[in-house]
Amino acid sequence: MTEHSTERPHDTAAAPMGAPRLGRQGLVHVALLTLTLLAPLVAHLLGEAYYVNLATRIVLVAMAGVGLNLALGHGGMISFGHAAYFGVGGYVAGISAYHAFDGSLLMGLPGSDDMLVIWAVALLACGLLALAIGAVSLRTSGVYFIMITLAFAQMVYYFANSWPSYGGQDGLPIYLRNGLPLIDSQDPLSFFLVCFALLLAAMAITARLMGSRFGAALTMARLNETRLATAGISPYPIRLTAFVISAMITGLAGALYADLNGFVSPAMLSWHFSGELMVIVILGGVGRLFGPLAGAIVYVLMETLLGGLTEYWLFFLGLVLLGVVLFARQGVIGWLAGGTPHG
Amino acid sequence: MSATLLIEQLINGLQLGTMLFLMASGLTLVFGVMGLINLAHGSFYMVGAYVTALTTASTGSFLLGLAAGSLAAAAAGAVVELLVIRRLYHRSHLDQVLATFALILIFSEGTRWLFGSSPLWLSPPEWLAGSVALPGGARYPVYRLMIIAVGVLIAAGLYLLISRTRLGMRIRAGESDREMIGALGIDIRRLYTLVFALGAALAGLAGSLVGALQSVQVGMGEPVLILAFVVIVIGGIGSIKGALLGAILVGVVDTLGRIFLPALFGLFMSPSEAAGVGTALAAMLIYILMAVILAFKPQGLFAAHD
Amino acid sequence: MAETVLSIEGLHKRFGALQATHDVSLTLRAGEIHALIGPNGAGKSTLIAQIAGSLRPDAGRIRLAGRDITGLGVAARARLGLGRSFQVSSLAEPLSALRNVMIGAQARAGHSFRFWRPVARDALLLAPAREALERVHLGHRADTPVAALSHGERRQVEVACALVLEPRALLLDEPMAGLGPEGSARLTELLETLKREVPILLIEHDMDAVFRLADRLSVLVDGRVIAHGDVEAIRRDPRVQAAYLGD
Repeated sequence: MTEHSTERPHDTAAAPMGAPRLGRQGLVHVALLTLTLLAPLVAHLLGEAYYVNLATRIVLVAMAGVGLNLALGHGGMISFGHAAYFGVGGYVAGISAYHAFDGSLLMGLPGSDDMLVIWAVALLACGLLALAIGAVSLRTSGVYFIMITLAFAQMVYYFANSWPSYGGQDGLPIYLRNGLPLIDSQDPLSFFLVCFALLLAAMAITARLMGSRFGAALTMARLNETRLATAGISPYPIRLTAFVISAMITGLAGALYADLNGFVSPAMLSWHFSGELMVIVILGGVGRLFGPLAGAIVYVLMETLLGGLTEYWLFFLGLVLLGVVLFARQGVIGWLAGGTPHG
Repeated sequence: MSATLLIEQLINGLQLGTMLFLMASGLTLVFGVMGLINLAHGSFYMVGAYVTALTTASTGSFLLGLAAGSLAAAAAGAVVELLVIRRLYHRSHLDQVLATFALILIFSEGTRWLFGSSPLWLSPPEWLAGSVALPGGARYPVYRLMIIAVGVLIAAGLYLLISRTRLGMRIRAGESDREMIGALGIDIRRLYTLVFALGAALAGLAGSLVGALQSVQVGMGEPVLILAFVVIVIGGIGSIKGALLGAILVGVVDTLGRIFLPALFGLFMSPSEAAGVGTALAAMLIYILMAVILAFKPQGLFAAHD
Repeated sequence: MAETVLSIEGLHKRFGALQATHDVSLTLRAGEIHALIGPNGAGKSTLIAQIAGSLRPDAGRIRLAGRDITGLGVAARARLGLGRSFQVSSLAEPLSALRNVMIGAQARAGHSFRFWRPVARDALLLAPAREALERVHLGHRADTPVAALSHGERRQVEVACALVLEPRALLLDEPMAGLGPEGSARLTELLETLKREVPILLIEHDMDAVFRLADRLSVLVDGRVIAHGDVEAIRRDPRVQAAYLGD
């Protein structure tokens, strides 16, 4: 998995957030954050809940991307199955709310409509699932890894489809958005702010992680596996750990996403979503801290604007994506801020 | 659990296996020779099915439709190779995944745009519509048997092509050493286009044949594509022999699992519970099979190279 | 006699019909440079791979400081003190020389499951990495990306990467390859001082360097050690002359 010759910027990952140097890249980052925060505030003041929710959607898709970016961008692990964690996170929220709603038990445990509990369970469930999938998949590399992560995600998808208890292919509604202590999660703006704060936390953790010893080892695992092993560090446990953390972040985003929509279905687990998530990370700029956010903004806005114009907007997305891969590989952030590789 | 049912399901599994082989052989050939991972392989399956359905509807000849479907898929493959794929051979797997994912979007949405979302219907011709008696007395559709026969013929044809012809020699040379075939003075670009189109034609043929069993619709190639991935991961990427064995293994295990797992759980569970658990587990069975095989053989059963 | 640091006993490796390593036994003693020479295709790379742990031998034992390491992987052997450099440079090109060396310091300083403290200011890693670069006379290039370093400088970084592990034994695979006369003179000098701290198993094509540096030599032909001894003995050995003239 050390095949990428693409140079990647390491300054974003190596420097902790809020480093005093604020070059062009820093300005782009500040602008992205400000935009993401201000747009829903303005929408809220104008009474446009739809746009607040749209911003929340962007933030959650970005967060799922931050998770994938840790594996794919920083770790060089081309996971084509991150929808599995997104969907499992979503199902944790849905199933927990379902049992809380009708008071029934799941394997002797009650459901909960407290988001804090749901998040903890989602993190745990996705972590364990990724541990199992990663343990098998990371024994391979290259195309095998891509296909195997895809296949395992598909396994989860078919399982959700054919398991009748929670709606099967029809999905599972969450009648009342799960709650939070002290915060009114029903209020679109409050929910947005919660999601935004969690996105920032996920990005801060990624930055801190990539600047640490663990991050140095992960970077070396991506760039040159032989060097890492020769230095005395086994690549496998480093990769597996990153893979698990990556899945947990994506899973948390999934739990919130189900609550945003009030609905969870196998569509969240579909391989289309895995593909879209990769597209978002690549559109934004692989391995860049702010790449997933930039990618999510571009993707969701394209979906909303193009999707409003034509039913076949994915056709045009395909063309754009093909163009980006063949001719402009540095992503949105690279295009806006210029590439400054090497740390 | 009668022997008749078992035989019937075994043949069903074999039929799914031969279809998967048609898909997987193209994928694995393209990977073995060009080192390319192609997600858009399912699109050629869809193209084959659509063209066959349309041609059959307008000419009334299923055989003509079948030929048109395979040829159209081959042509689509050649065009895609010339326009996009050949720019990807020296790129990372990530770029290949993204570009071919983009191709899926273009093919699927383009098809939806042209033909709408509602499925087209394609039925087997009347001379294949009957059924024959199996040992044990059950009747089995002739058409499905014909699919198996076609699959066997194609497998034999591929074997002869690769082991006995000049093209096959070049393909083998390309698999073992990409630099060497350049040195041998073989026009690599033509060879690559040809191999890619051949793979697309096989996928198109599979789509055409299956189109007459199921409905012809956008996205029909995707579940098959993912099964084909499982097949070549199990068989060893790049190996035709592995693709054949993997395809039959996956086809049979998947088919039998769907029938017998719910019955198995029915022995110690209530029927409705057993149906639920059994169906869900059956859906996961081939992936579990893949995981188990990988745990022992990370490069698949017949590893060629990575 | 000085203590034996690395010992290889009866190593066998077969690839199908090809016997790549045939009953090879070697020792590396404290304070010495033991050179392994042989014509192309003699099986040196296969042997190195088995010693370093990237290839499992079919039979035989490898011991490092008395401990059997035959069953261990590359990383575990490195942790026990086996440093190595590669024939083809194996550095992370986009990263600075310092970062490349630091990863070794990191392994030395303990496990890598530390998720919070920034390495960029970690004196525990920076100091030994800088020191290792200084030792190979590359302190002034510490912050230059490897991609921008010359071929010779990369070789020096490779050696620094091995040194920072504070190894018990060094495995250097053709460190002189591609170096100009000045570069190889400097490296020769470095290895001469280095061997007092850490014994070196040297695989090298540059015969001048080998004859100048080596305390003992082993000659590998067709997967077997055909001759073994000090420089003079090897120079005179008719079998060695035959193997090289016949090459």
